[in-house]
Amino acid sequence: MINNSLLKINNLKVNVEDKNILKGINLDIKPGETHVIMGPNGAGKSTLGYSIMGNPRYEVTEGNISLEGEDITTDSTDKRARKGIFLSFQNPLEVAGISLGSFIKNAIHEQTQKPIKLFAMRKELNKNMELLDMDEKYADRDLNVGFSGGEKKKAEILQMLMLNPKLAILDETDSGLDVDAVRTVSKGIKEFQNKEDSALLIITHSTKILESLHVDYTHILVDGKIVHTGDASLVEEINENGFERFLTA
Amino acid sequence: MVEKDILLKKTIENMYDFKDKETSENFVREKEGLDEEVIRRISKGKNEPDWMLDFRLKSLKIYNEKKMPNWGPSIEGLDMDKIVTYVRSKTPMQGKWEDVPDDIKNTFEKLGIPKAERKSLAGVGAQYDSELVYHNLKKEVAETGVVYTDMESALNGPYADMVKEYFMTLVPPTDHKYAALHGAVWSGGSFVYVPKGVKVEVPLQSYFRLNAAGAGQFEHTLIIVDEGADLHFIEGCSAPKYNVANLHAGCVELFVKKGAKLRYSTVENWSKNMYNLNTKRAKVEENGIMEWVSGSFGSKVSYLYPMTLLSGKNSKMTYNGITFAGEGQNLDTGAKVVHAASNTSSIINAKSISKDGGIGTFRSSIKILKNAKNSKSTVDCQSLMLDSISRSDTIPGMDIRTNDAKVGHEAKIGRISEEAIFYLMSRGISEENAKSMIVSGFAEPISKELPLEYAVEMNNLIKLEMDRNM
Repeated sequence: MINNSLLKINNLKVNVEDKNILKGINLDIKPGETHVIMGPNGAGKSTLGYSIMGNPRYEVTEGNISLEGEDITTDSTDKRARKGIFLSFQNPLEVAGISLGSFIKNAIHEQTQKPIKLFAMRKELNKNMELLDMDEKYADRDLNVGFSGGEKKKAEILQMLMLNPKLAILDETDSGLDVDAVRTVSKGIKEFQNKEDSALLIITHSTKILESLHVDYTHILVDGKIVHTGDASLVEEINENGFERFLTA
Repeated sequence: MVEKDILLKKTIENMYDFKDKETSENFVREKEGLDEEVIRRISKGKNEPDWMLDFRLKSLKIYNEKKMPNWGPSIEGLDMDKIVTYVRSKTPMQGKWEDVPDDIKNTFEKLGIPKAERKSLAGVGAQYDSELVYHNLKKEVAETGVVYTDMESALNGPYADMVKEYFMTLVPPTDHKYAALHGAVWSGGSFVYVPKGVKVEVPLQSYFRLNAAGAGQFEHTLIIVDEGADLHFIEGCSAPKYNVANLHAGCVELFVKKGAKLRYSTVENWSKNMYNLNTKRAKVEENGIMEWVSGSFGSKVSYLYPMTLLSGKNSKMTYNGITFAGEGQNLDTGAKVVHAASNTSSIINAKSISKDGGIGTFRSSIKILKNAKNSKSTVDCQSLMLDSISRSDTIPGMDIRTNDAKVGHEAKIGRISEEAIFYLMSRGISEENAKSMIVSGFAEPISKELPLEYAVEMNNLIKLEMDRNM
């Protein structure tokens, strides 16, 4: 019982362009758990996601992040990914000239450093695309180029399912999606949740996406600090009353 | 980086940078500098007709009178008195690969030439320094009447009159100083004639390798695609790096007759001590189509603007080119087109990448003459700078003499996106691979125009450039 944490964040303070955004975050995620971070706009939710993933623009001034007991605070982004962290972007970038399918293949190869069984990979890709209600043609299209908002988010979840990380951070995956798309995306998340020991950190300011998902903990982030932690029922409460009570607290 | 990648990188690096030993036993080397005596010796050695010697001497005179180009990057580092204009192996040109001398054969084998020929080419020419060492055209292609030979043989063969009729008429020695130089000391290169209506299904390729230090390469490529015929010609160039300046002043003249089509593809990877002052020009007759595909990677300084003269109505040209300027490189490239008949169209897509202080300049010149009614021209130029010390410029020129021309120009200059790099890295991809993925993706619309083997080579060159100093 010395350490069964997957991700442990200890008093994390983060600056963006010399402005202090995160003001001492503590978080402990164990394998298999789903945590939800909610909070009003500008509270630092996305900053937390970027900081865990190691975006060089986000400067850690104090505290540390560890994964499976190993300090990763100074690790580069690719190293963190190879150790098992995944971030689904709020605004996935468009990269011309490389198809979604071959990008996933490349990423799997860089992570595993093993030869890829192409046929098996393609099969799994097709299966996941079907689950996400994505046309197979998207695998051959340039990564995110000209994808609709919904297709971009589905492509993120597809990458998550294919890369199979230990911890997936979903940054506002439901923002800008219509009801059907939210349902489809959350089917994909559910699939990931059902895998053994896969942990999730879901950053959101709406509750739609959480309806069909199991939630272990809900954290309320206000002004760079977690001001309250509760269970799944906290999601319901926010849904009805908003953040009011935490803002004045 | 994966070990396999490191190995690949080493292989590519070695592939271009190995040097063959040049000895007086197996090589003939002219003295440095340029005078009448040198030119007479070159001409005599080639057993040329008299008109060619006269042509050379006239060109020399023009060369001596012409001023240096007054635009573009500096070529002060190029001292013509130090350049050897002619170097050749003592072994004559061979039609069988086995007969090429071993060291030269090894060079081309490392460059993948004979392998490519077996796999995907209809004919191959290989030039080493000043002369071709190997030339071969597949029998079934030769049987259709296609002529593919070295320029020297063409001058003395059944097509001698045709050579005389066309040689340096599109790029006359009076055009500019280095065209004059070319006229005086040209050596090697290929002559291609595709008879009326013949469609050559697989490409022909000439490969130019400049091995000798301090030397110049002045190959002349003359291609005539007769009415209704179709050809894809590929040109590859490379050289190992020396500490002295080398010069490439080749000349390419392409004649596309009525209803004919020519695609001319180049992947050039000269070494970083090379001054590449090359002139390429095409004349396209009625309903003819000219397509340029160009990848420029090497050289210290390049002046390269393939020009197309759309001389017949309904003729078309497209240019797809990419330039990669790394440390110490100043590459001035682009395309020119003259619309000289009605209903002509031109499309120019240029991309440039600059890195580690490299300078990439895109220059375009579109002329639509008075009689070129109803003509169309589109120029699209995109530049990607990989750091803040590199430079990228766009210099578009337009001269439109009609009032019904449709002309479009678009230029975009940008830096590589840090957010995109972060995005790719968040999937476990290393920083250098993320960058090279973005750059290859940027180049993809051009590389996909090349046959697969060359697209792969171009991607490897991009990788190699990306990994330098990283």
